[in-house]
Amino acid sequence: MPIFPKSVAMLLVAAACALTGTIVHAQDAQQYMPVLSYRTGPYAPNGIPIANGIVDYLKLVNERGGINGVKLLIEECETGYDTARSVECYERMKGKNGGAAIFNPWTSGGTFAIMEKSHIDKIPLITYGYGRSESADGGVFKWAFPVGGNYWVAADVIAQAIGQRAGGLDKLKGKKIALLYHDSPYGKESLPIMRERAKMHGFQLTELPVTAPGVEQKSTWLQIRQSRPDYVILWGYGVMNSTALKEAQATGFPRENMFGSWWAGAEPDVRDLGDAAKGYNAVALQSSADPDAKVVKEALASLHAKGLGTGSKDEVGQVLWLRGAVSAMLGVEAIRAAQEHFGKGQVMTGEQVRWGLENLDLTEEKLEQLGFTGVIRPVSTNCTDHMGARWARLSTWDGKAWSISSDWFEADMNVLGPMIKEGADLYAAQKKLERRSDADCKS
Amino acid sequence: MIYSENGQLKTSYRADQQLFPISQDRYFILIVLALAFFAVPLLASDYLFRAILIPLVIMSIAALGVNVLVGYCGQISLGSGAFMAVGAYGAYNIMMRVPDMPLVPAVILGGVCAAFFGILFGLPSLRVRGLYLAVATLAAQFFADWMFLRIKWFTLNSASGSVAVSELKVLGISLQSPVSIYVFCLCALVIIALLTKNLVRGAIGREWMAIRDMDVAAAVIGIRPMYAKLTAFAVSSFVIGVAGALWAFLHLGAWEPAAFSVDISFKLLFMVIIGGLGSIMGSFFGAAFIVILPIALSLLLPAVLGLFGLSISTAGLSHAEFVIFGMLIVWFLAVEPHGLAKLWSTAKQKLRVWPFPH
Repeated sequence: MPIFPKSVAMLLVAAACALTGTIVHAQDAQQYMPVLSYRTGPYAPNGIPIANGIVDYLKLVNERGGINGVKLLIEECETGYDTARSVECYERMKGKNGGAAIFNPWTSGGTFAIMEKSHIDKIPLITYGYGRSESADGGVFKWAFPVGGNYWVAADVIAQAIGQRAGGLDKLKGKKIALLYHDSPYGKESLPIMRERAKMHGFQLTELPVTAPGVEQKSTWLQIRQSRPDYVILWGYGVMNSTALKEAQATGFPRENMFGSWWAGAEPDVRDLGDAAKGYNAVALQSSADPDAKVVKEALASLHAKGLGTGSKDEVGQVLWLRGAVSAMLGVEAIRAAQEHFGKGQVMTGEQVRWGLENLDLTEEKLEQLGFTGVIRPVSTNCTDHMGARWARLSTWDGKAWSISSDWFEADMNVLGPMIKEGADLYAAQKKLERRSDADCKS
Repeated sequence: MIYSENGQLKTSYRADQQLFPISQDRYFILIVLALAFFAVPLLASDYLFRAILIPLVIMSIAALGVNVLVGYCGQISLGSGAFMAVGAYGAYNIMMRVPDMPLVPAVILGGVCAAFFGILFGLPSLRVRGLYLAVATLAAQFFADWMFLRIKWFTLNSASGSVAVSELKVLGISLQSPVSIYVFCLCALVIIALLTKNLVRGAIGREWMAIRDMDVAAAVIGIRPMYAKLTAFAVSSFVIGVAGALWAFLHLGAWEPAAFSVDISFKLLFMVIIGGLGSIMGSFFGAAFIVILPIALSLLLPAVLGLFGLSISTAGLSHAEFVIFGMLIVWFLAVEPHGLAKLWSTAKQKLRVWPFPH
C-alpha cells in the first residue's frame, strides 16, 4: 500500500493553492458580505432558513442594483453552531476580497469569541436580537450592535405581556411563573430581567434549567406538574422547544399560558406538533412571520420565480427567513448610511460601516421603500444606544402558522437601563476599558 | 545513505542516552524548529496563524497530555475536555482574582488546578480498567460541564456564564498580534514536549509503560500502581490544563463551558489514536490530522470542484467534509492501525536502508 498516493498529493497541492489564495481573486468594485451560517449540526433546522433569508435579501439588493451601484459579493461559511469553527470562519473571511465590513455571528458562543477579536480588526458586529445584552451600551461596546433589540428586551416584553394577560402587572402578585431555560449563556440571559420583574411585581419565579440539547425534560415537567405554575416561560432553542411543548401537552399544561423567547417561536419549533402547540405564544422581537410583507413578495417575484432563490420557496416570509432578511437589511442600511457620509458608490470599510451603524435612522418612509412596513418598527441608533429600538410583539401559533397576536410593547428602560449600564461597566472594569469620550462619539 | 547512523560511534553513556542519538534526527529537529520559529512567522498569513497554526500548536500540547495518560500509561480517558476546562477556568480565576497576575504563572497554576482535578478523577483508575475507566472519566466531563455552568463563583458571577480575557502580556510584550500568540504557544509546546519526552524516557515513564503493558506483572516487580497511575493522571491533566488555558485565553478570547464539551474529549482521544499511541511524534501528527484536515477540506473542495466548473452549496460542503474526514480516518486506521507515527517510523526505517534495501 503506497503511503502517499498521487491523489493525496494533488489534494495537498490544491490545498496549498487555496490557502495562499491564488484561486480566489479579489473583486474590488464589490462590497464583500460574509455570511456565517449553520446549515448543519444540531440547530440546522433553524440555521437553514436564517441563512436563506440573509442570502435571499442580499441577492435582492443586488437585483435592485446594489447599494448606490455597489454590488454585494456574498460568501457563506459553515460554522455548524460551533464556536471554534465560527472563529475560523471569521478569520478566514475578515480579510478576503477587500475585507469584510460587517459580521453577523449568529451563535452565542461565536458572538462572545468574535467580539474579542473584531474590535481589534475594526469590524463591527450586528447581533440582531441575540448575543450579549449589555452590548447595547455603545459607550463601552464600540464595535457591537444588537440593533433592533436584545434578550433583555425580549424578557421584559414577555413579563409585560403576561401581566397584560393577567389583567395588569399588579395582578401578577402571588402568581407563579416557571422559567424553563436552556442551560447556556443564551438561556441565562433571561434570568436577570425575570428576577427583577419578580421582585417588582411580587410573583414567584421558579427557575428550571434544562441541560442542552434538552431532549430530556421529564423530571422538569414533573416539577411543573407538582408546583402548578400559572405561566411557563420557555427560553429554549432547537429540539428543547418542541420537547417542552410535547411535555406540556402530556402534562396538560395549557399552551395559551406558555410564552417562548424569540428563539422558541419559529416554525421548526412547532411545525411537527401542529395543533398540539396551538395557542402557544412567543415574543417577536420586531419581526415574526409576515407572508404579506412587500419584501417577501418582492423576493418571491424577483428571485424565487426566476429560480434564483436560495432555499425552499415555502419558507420565504416565515419567522426565521424574515429574521435573516431583517438582519441583512440592517447591515445593508448601515453600509448605505456610511456611504451617504463617506462617499456614495464606494466600497465601505469596517470603520466606516461602524459609523453607519451608529448613525442608523430607519424611518417609517425608509422601511416602506425597503418593503419592511409592518415587519419592524423604525430603528434609530446613536453613540450610546446601539440597540435603536426596544419594541416587540407577541406572536401566536394557530396550528398552521405564526401570526402577530398583540400590540407593540416597549421594554421598560427603567428596568433595563441600569442593568445594561451595570453589565457594561463590569465588562469595562474587567477589561480595563474607559468609557468612550464625547469626542470619540462624534468621530 | 542519507539517513544512516553508520560511523556515529558512541564513546560515552551520555552520548548514547541523549534525546536524539542519531545526528540526522538532531539536525532534522533543529531545522524544523528553526522553520517553525523563524520561517513560519515570516511567511504565514494572518488567517493561517489564527485559524490553523495557533489551534494546531495548542491542540498538539493537549494531545501530548492525552498521550501521556492513554498512550504511555494505558488509562483510557474521556475526560480531557474537562481537564482543559479546569485549566482554562482555573487560570481565568487566578488571573482575575489576583491583582497584576502575570500570564505565565496564571497558566501554569491553571495547569496545577487541572492536575489536582485529574488526580481526583484518576482515583477510579485504581479499581476499574479499560472501557469501564473511560466511562468513569466521562464523569469528569459531565462534572466540569455542570460545575462551570452552575457555580457562579467560577465565572465571577457573569450574567450569562460566559467569560472573557483581554490585554494579555508576557514580559511587557502584548499578545495581540497572531505572530506573538503563535510564538508564545510554540515556546510552550517546545518546553512541554521536551519535558514529556524526558519524563517518558525516565524511570517514571518506564513505570507508566510497565503498568500499561501488564499491571499485575508491574506490581509484582515492585512498581506501585497507585503512584504510577496517579502521576500519569497528574502529569497528563497538567499538560492538558495548560493547553486548555492557552486555548481559552489565546485562541478563543471569550468562552463558555460548551467550548470544552465532550466533543473536545473525543477529538483529543482520536488525535492520539490516529497519531499513534505512546509516541510524542504521534501527538503532533494526530493534532495536525484532526485540526487541519476539516478546514483544508472545506477550503479545498470548492476549489477542486471549481476546476471542473462545479459548485457546491455550503451545507453540501459541510456534509462532504464530514464524509471524507470519516473515510480518511477509517482508511488511515485500516492501513496503519498503530497510527501515523508508525507510518513515520516505517518511512524512517525504509530511508535507513535506502537505496539498497537488500
